[in-house]
Amino acid sequence: MALRPLAISTKPGISAAALVVVLIFAALAAVASRAEFSSGLGPADWAAIRFTIYQALLSALISTLLAIPVARALARRRFWGRSILVTLLGAPFILPVIVAVIGLLAVFGRAGWLNAGLSAVGLPNASIYGLHGVVLAHVFFNLPLATRLLLQAWHTIPSERFRLAAQLNLTPRAVFLGLEWPMLRQIVPGTAALIFVICLTSFAVALTLGGGPRATTIELAIYQAFQFDFDLSRAAVLSLVQLGLAGTAAILALWIIPLVSLGGGRDRPMQRWDARGGGQGVLDVCAIGIGAGFLMLPLIAVVWRGLLGLPTTPASVWQAAATSIGVALISVTLLLVLVLPLAGWIASARRGGIEGVGLFGLAASPLMIGTGWFILINPVADPFAFALPVTALVNALMALPFALRILVPPLRDTVQVYGRLSQTLALQGWPLWRWVILPRLRPQIGFAAGLTGALSMGDLGVIALFADPDRTTLPLQMYRLMGSYQMEAASGAALILLVLSLGIFWAFDKGGRWNADA
Amino acid sequence: MLTLENAEITQDGFSLSADLSIAPATKYAVIGPSGAGKSTLLGGLCGFIPITKGRLLWQGRDITDAAPGARPMTMLFQDNNLFPHLSVAQNVGLGLRPDLRLSAQDKAKVATALSRVGLDDLAVRKPGALSGGQQSRAALARVLVQARPLVLLDEPFAALGPALRNEMLDLVHELVTETRASLIMVTHAPEDVRRIADQVIFVANGQAKAPQPAAALMDNPPPELRAYLG
Repeated sequence: MALRPLAISTKPGISAAALVVVLIFAALAAVASRAEFSSGLGPADWAAIRFTIYQALLSALISTLLAIPVARALARRRFWGRSILVTLLGAPFILPVIVAVIGLLAVFGRAGWLNAGLSAVGLPNASIYGLHGVVLAHVFFNLPLATRLLLQAWHTIPSERFRLAAQLNLTPRAVFLGLEWPMLRQIVPGTAALIFVICLTSFAVALTLGGGPRATTIELAIYQAFQFDFDLSRAAVLSLVQLGLAGTAAILALWIIPLVSLGGGRDRPMQRWDARGGGQGVLDVCAIGIGAGFLMLPLIAVVWRGLLGLPTTPASVWQAAATSIGVALISVTLLLVLVLPLAGWIASARRGGIEGVGLFGLAASPLMIGTGWFILINPVADPFAFALPVTALVNALMALPFALRILVPPLRDTVQVYGRLSQTLALQGWPLWRWVILPRLRPQIGFAAGLTGALSMGDLGVIALFADPDRTTLPLQMYRLMGSYQMEAASGAALILLVLSLGIFWAFDKGGRWNADA
Repeated sequence: MLTLENAEITQDGFSLSADLSIAPATKYAVIGPSGAGKSTLLGGLCGFIPITKGRLLWQGRDITDAAPGARPMTMLFQDNNLFPHLSVAQNVGLGLRPDLRLSAQDKAKVATALSRVGLDDLAVRKPGALSGGQQSRAALARVLVQARPLVLLDEPFAALGPALRNEMLDLVHELVTETRASLIMVTHAPEDVRRIADQVIFVANGQAKAPQPAAALMDNPPPELRAYLG
C-alpha cells in the first residue's frame, strides 16, 4: 500500500501536462506536415545555423568570462549601494528585449554616446549592427545572470576557508587557485551552457540588431521565410532544425546547468580578510565600475530619451499598450491554470523528472509554436484574429519552466510540513488548495505571475508573425516605429513599456507578499 | 473498541508488531526507549504508516486501509498542528468542516471550544501571535470540536516548560474525560504516566506490548521496563 504524503489530486496535473505536450506537439506536427525535406537546406539556411551557434558561443563565453571578475569583486567588497546593485542584476530578467535594444542603441549606436566620445577624440565610429551588436545585447542580458550565478557560488565557499587563507597570509593568486578556482571549475561550464541555450533561440535581438545574410539566426530566418516569402515549407524545415538544435543543447545542458535562484534574498556579504592589497582593490573597483556602468548606462538612456520622446508618442502607442496589458493578464491567467496543477502533481510525486514537461517550453522555439498554430488555424479561420490569444498562450508556455522552478520547491515543503495535518483534517480537493496550498504559496505565486506578466508584456516574438496593423502589442508597435525611423516616438514607447513591465512585475510580486504570514 | 489484530507496522525497513485493543473512555500512555517505535505505533493507528500485516478494526469494522481523515481519531503531532496563515478560529473550524463553510451553529461550537480552552479573546489572531501554551490550547480546541472517540498525542507539548506542560496535560485530561474519548499519549516521563494514564502500552524491541494497568505496572515494573526507567 502506497501512502502519499498529501491528497493532492493528480488528475488536473496530468491533464495540464498533457495539454502542454499536445499544444506543442500539435504545432510540431503541423510544421512537419508542411516541411518538404526534398528541397533540403540552402546556403542561406546553413549560414543561419552557423551564425546561430557562433553568436551563442561568443555570447556565452564573453558573458561568463566577464562575470568572473565582477562576481569576485562583489563577493569580497562591501560598499554603499552594493545590495541595490545585486538586486539590479536581476532586472534584465524582466526587462523587455526591445527596450534594452533602444538603450543599447542610445549608448553604442550610430549617434550614441560612445560614438560621440570617439568622434570627440578623432577616432573612427563603431557600428552596433551585425555580429557584435547581437553579441553585445546578449552580453548585456546575460552578464548580470552569470554574475548572479557566480556570486551565489562564491557564497558557497565556507568563510572559515577564507579565514584560514588570511591566517596563512596567502597571496591573491594562491587564494584564487586554492579556493576560488575549484568552485569556478564546477559552476562556469553550467553557467556558460545555460547562456548558450538561451542565446540559441534569440529572436528579438537578431531582429533589431542583426539581419542580412551575415547576421541572421535560425529564429529570424523562420520569421523571414514566413513574413516576406510566405514560404511555409522553409519555415517548417527551419523550425525543425531549430527544435533539434535547441532541444539537443537543452537536454545536454540540463546535466550541468546550475539551479537558478530567482529570488533576491539571502545575499549576505561575506567577511573577507584577504585581497587588502592596492592592486586587487583597483582591479575590483574597475570590475564593479565597468559592470555597473554597462548595466546602468543603457537603462539611464532609456529613461532619459524616453522622457524626451514621450510627448511625440502617437495614440497608436497607447492603444498598443492597452492591448499589451490585456495579453499579459491573459498570459498570467493561462500560466497559473497550467502551472498550479502541474506543480501540485510534481511536488506530490515520488519520482522526480516530471519537471521535464516544463522544459518543452524552453526547447521548442516560440516561433515554431506560432508557425504551427498558424498552419493549424489557417484552414478553419483567419489566423490573424487569433494573434493575441496565441501570443498569450506561447508566452505562458515560455514562462512555464521558470514558474515550475519557483513553485515546486515551496510546494514540496508545504506537503512535507502540513501534509499530515491536512490529512488528519480530511482536507483534499479544492478546500486543500483554498485553505492550505494557495495561502502558503502566495508569495511565490505572486513572483511567478509577475515574472510571466513582465515576460509577456515585453515579448516580441510570435506577435511579429501574426499581427495585423489593427491589433498590435506595444513591443511590436515600438519595433514598427523604429523601423520607420521615428526614434523619438520609439523612445517614448520604450519608456512606457519599461514602466509597464516593471509595474506588472511589481504589482503581482507585491500582491503576493502583501500581508502574507510566515 | 479499537483493535490491532496481529498487526505489523512497517516503515523504512523498521517493523513494529502489535496485537492489542483500546477500550473506550480510557487513557493510555505509550512509553519505551527512543527509537523503539512509539511514534510508529501512533502513525500506524492514524494511517500515516502502512499496516503491512494483520488488521486494524474499529467496532468490528476493518479500517486498515482507511484514509487518515476517515478514521475515528484525531492526532496532535510534535509540531505543525496549526496552519500559520489561518486565524485561530479558522484553524479550529477546519476540525468541523474541511471546506470551512461554517454554519451559525458551527461557529457557535468553535466559540464554545475556544472559550473552554481559555482563548475567547484570541479567536481572530494568527498562531504566530500566540505563545507556545496558547498554540497548544488552540490545537486542543480543534480536538474538542472534532469530537472523535480517540485522541492521539505524539508529544505535542514537548517544547513547553514543565509547569506549562503539566497544565496542558491536565487540560487534556479534563477534555477527554468530558467527551468520554480514549486517549493514547506518547511520553518519556514516568510522572506523566502517573498523572493521567489508566493503562500503559510498553514499546520495546520492535513490539508494542498489550496494555497493563498503570499504577501496578509503575510500582512493580518488569525487568525491561525497569531498565528503561532506570
